[in-house]
Amino acid sequence: MSIIVFAENIDGNFKKATHEAVSYAAEIAKKNNDTCVAISIGNVNDEKLAELAKFGADKIFNVKNDKLNSFVAEAYSKAISQIAASENASVIVVSNTYTGKAIAPRIAAKLKAGIVSGVISFPDTTSGFKVRKTVFSGKAFADVEVKTAVKVLAITPNTFALNENNKAVSITQNDGGLSDTDFITTPIEVTRATGKIVLTEADVVISGGRGLKGPENWHLIENLADTLGAATACSKPVSDMGWRPHSEHVGQTGITIKANLYFAIGISGAIQHLAGVSSSKVMVVINKDPEAPFFKAADYGIVGDAFEVMPKIIEAAKKLKAQHA
Amino acid sequence: MKILVCISNVPDTTTKITFTGDNTKFNTAGVQFIINPYDELALTRALELTEKLTGTVTVINVGLADAEASIRKALAIGATDAVRVNAEPTDAYFVAEQIAAYAKNENYDLILTGRESIDYNGGQVCGLLAEMLGLPSVNAINSLEIENGVATMTRDIDGGREKLSCKLPFVASALQELAEARIPNMRGIMSARTKPLKVVEATGNDFTSATVSFELPAAKGSCKMIAPENAEQLIELLHTEAKVI
Repeated sequence: MSIIVFAENIDGNFKKATHEAVSYAAEIAKKNNDTCVAISIGNVNDEKLAELAKFGADKIFNVKNDKLNSFVAEAYSKAISQIAASENASVIVVSNTYTGKAIAPRIAAKLKAGIVSGVISFPDTTSGFKVRKTVFSGKAFADVEVKTAVKVLAITPNTFALNENNKAVSITQNDGGLSDTDFITTPIEVTRATGKIVLTEADVVISGGRGLKGPENWHLIENLADTLGAATACSKPVSDMGWRPHSEHVGQTGITIKANLYFAIGISGAIQHLAGVSSSKVMVVINKDPEAPFFKAADYGIVGDAFEVMPKIIEAAKKLKAQHA
Repeated sequence: MKILVCISNVPDTTTKITFTGDNTKFNTAGVQFIINPYDELALTRALELTEKLTGTVTVINVGLADAEASIRKALAIGATDAVRVNAEPTDAYFVAEQIAAYAKNENYDLILTGRESIDYNGGQVCGLLAEMLGLPSVNAINSLEIENGVATMTRDIDGGREKLSCKLPFVASALQELAEARIPNMRGIMSARTKPLKVVEATGNDFTSATVSFELPAAKGSCKMIAPENAEQLIELLHTEAKVI
């Protein structure tokens, strides 16, 4: 039997979320004496592929085909499902990124596999096969039993530790075994912000709310984010008013994040907002209203005017970074 | 154009989540249910498209009779007709199978879902349904235009955006920016009462997963307060005590 992991790359590089997924799959494989099989799709060089062995892959499929250089959900899912079937897979692991979310359900339907998304635990196999996931956008957890022989798990990024465990690895070249009918969607153009830290992958997130009074004051958020190497985010009212793009909106109807450190500046902490951020390890709130509900959820708080407090914090952060540069 | 929009009936976003039956069941007492917000935006975009290109918008829900208030709201917003598959929506796999069974003989040009439901956060129905129907799928779209049977879309990807096209039919899931929600007007509400709502029985019994129990997150300890005049101490604490920067 084998544990399959999809090793997602962005422009030929594996991100931390991919390393986490490989570590996770390798851990399950080790426990069951199974083989950990990583599948990379698209153009990734051999040196990068070898990274997957570092995190525990025993076997790597390097799926290459000119048409696979851009992401097409139906083609990627088919290529992975075919390898999973030929490798006798019991579990297929993907990271719950936009790409992972696009392919995991298709793979599940192809293999008639039960699927759990947003997984935050290793499988508990003491009786049956159970995993824990977040539900109600972080307001609660659910333990889900998967009853099928093959299982698909989409694991939450920033949840599992990296496990370095250099192994000898074999790389198998594969063309995906696809036909033209697997490429009905046609990618036209990909634009990625350069030099910006991606919100869902960020260790530190600096977020602003209505308390900042207007988009012209966002330099306070950006300045602290730049200093700490953090991503920027905002509350729902801020994106609804068009001060910031919707892609920065964190909360129950926006992006759910799981950062090491979340900074909420001028955000009162409505239940919908807390739902999307409270999986973060440490939360800081700065708000001039001492009754703001966020103070009940946060680890550190300052009751004060953001316009007076933030410059001091930015200066202190710069000093700290200079000392540890 | 014949469009199908899949809607889920979910607890309102302000709901305080509690459980009953030794943490095995979500406590629905006093909870207000709504159309899943992303599904409502998918519906709105579908209506905008059929207003421009002519056509019909059917909404489908897999749920028990208590979901009918949300279904009627979808009709009030402007859906042409509705289908309810009479079954408890146990997991996304089951829900997708029910919708696939209904949709396979209906020749929809486009099927839309929300990005995810705000209760179970799976985001699986779009991909499952597409695979079951043998159609392409595009998840997380924030724009959608259709011309001469071909859709042009943008979708969110990790760290950016992708522009892509796909010929009809296919399945797509909606993000927040796809449309502005519409408030139903009085005429819509009145006409929703008489619009067709068909109830069909569920097929198959492929239960691939089951939620065994729930748990609420542990309560946070108290918040350590720092005086605003000593704001710089915060950075020191985050570095030496919390060790997160």
